[in-house]
Amino acid sequence: MNSLNFSFNIISDLAVMWQYDFMRHAFEAGTIVAVVAGIIGYFIVLRRSSFAAHALSHIGFAGAAGAVLFGINPLLGLLVFTCGGGFAIATLGRKAATRDVQIGTVLAFMLGIGVLFISLYSGYATEAYSLLFGEILGISNSDVLVTAIFGIVLIIAVAVIYRPLLFTSLDEDVAEAKGISIFWIGAVFMMLVAVATSIAVQVVGVLLIFALMVTPAAAAQLIARRPVWGITIAVTISLLATWISLFISFYLPYPVSFFITTLTFLIYIAVRFAYGPNAVGN
Amino acid sequence: MPMGNNDNQDDIIIAAENLSAGYFNKTIWRDAGFSIKKGEFVAVLGPNGAGKTTLFRLLLGLAQPQKGFLSVFGKSPTRGNPRIGYIPQRHPIDQETGIEALEIVRLGLYGNRFGISMEKNTIVRALSALKIVGAEDLAHRRLGSLSGGELQRVFLAEALIGEPDLLLLDEPLANLDIRRESDFVQLINKVVRVSGVTVLLIAHNINPLLPVLDQVLYVANGRVTGGKPADVLTSAQLTKLYGIPVEVLKDSYGRIAIIGTEEPAHHHE
Repeated sequence: MNSLNFSFNIISDLAVMWQYDFMRHAFEAGTIVAVVAGIIGYFIVLRRSSFAAHALSHIGFAGAAGAVLFGINPLLGLLVFTCGGGFAIATLGRKAATRDVQIGTVLAFMLGIGVLFISLYSGYATEAYSLLFGEILGISNSDVLVTAIFGIVLIIAVAVIYRPLLFTSLDEDVAEAKGISIFWIGAVFMMLVAVATSIAVQVVGVLLIFALMVTPAAAAQLIARRPVWGITIAVTISLLATWISLFISFYLPYPVSFFITTLTFLIYIAVRFAYGPNAVGN
Repeated sequence: MPMGNNDNQDDIIIAAENLSAGYFNKTIWRDAGFSIKKGEFVAVLGPNGAGKTTLFRLLLGLAQPQKGFLSVFGKSPTRGNPRIGYIPQRHPIDQETGIEALEIVRLGLYGNRFGISMEKNTIVRALSALKIVGAEDLAHRRLGSLSGGELQRVFLAEALIGEPDLLLLDEPLANLDIRRESDFVQLINKVVRVSGVTVLLIAHNINPLLPVLDQVLYVANGRVTGGKPADVLTSAQLTKLYGIPVEVLKDSYGRIAIIGTEEPAHHHE
């Protein structure tokens, strides 16, 4: 990929890397996405709606492919489709997140539409490739800005609905009796998942979204007994995985998403072994 | 709590007149009239699907009466009333739920508020709520690792942390063995009634409740009948209520069995 060599002096290595715009953008966007994915992912795992999150990214693929076809920014296509899909899943009902069959049917259909759009585009297969598997090294300055804006909005939104969201995730019936609208909290949350998914696709792509959104949060929930710690740990894992992967990928000619998925997977396995239901001391 | 003298209006916590409940155009029960006084321990009995939980939903303001009048604390029920503590009928907690008991108890106090808070005293209050139900040692245990009886104590602490005046408990004794059933009833009787809290408890089996009951609400056959256990739980009353022959039998310990309803009132799960 390039002729630069790893020097064992991480500070100077980073200084060299960050001379390149694409590396700087990758670190900036990767950091924002990792933080957002850790926070939203914690609630996705807690609410057992990881399949809905997975489906949203596929729905987003159709939107992104359509945007590419019509010469629009793919991120816009992603946002429109994931938000629409998220709202649809929310209106399906309280237990929609666990409706595997219905969601799976829509997921496959949308992926098919995406394939059609990509083939109609007749351009480069790299577009499809980067949507499916992520192309963090191709993030532009304006993409970083958009990602930052959405990231900040997401974090503020989670802070606002934090307690009712936690309450409905853990204890829906009591939360409803306490005056919380289960529907609206669920709908707002699916919107947040939609936006988080859209910006995360830039980093890991549609097919690998689990690696950033679900795996670190699942590991965090095995370790932490308090939500604040769970979120902190999920963010830490996804940040470390993203940073280390970007760092390695500067020296090795393999995809960043491969390193991210591998690292989060290894962390999950290690945590599962140490803290899982069958671990000693639990 | 025995109330020797005649009814004082201020002591009426719940009043219902000509009350009908149902969903859409289907009526579940009709023309109910009853009143519950401050500090009473009331068992809500009746077969599955008779509308016991529906009664709770009306009291919580989660459903509206089809007809008639219902007041809680002298007003129409409204959602989110902080004076009501509630334990719903539970689906079991997922074994993978790694969150500790203390967190769910704290949510009972502030879970319906928006924004983030740094209040540390909710931890203190949650710990003391757990202590009241004898579950302070469960504070840092994972919810997924607790037994049915331990979970019920935690849920009771969650319901009590807001210091409610009325407690609605939907089948808290389900999934408890006979021993824990009676322990839990004694716990409610001890920690709740001393503070004058009114309790409505939905149950299948009246026997563990008999020593502490003031009133029974029997929901069956589209009707709600209230009264003292000795007056309601008789062969004649229940036969009239169900419209089929029902017999109430007593054993030498004073325990009762109700025979002839679709569902034996003495079964355990």
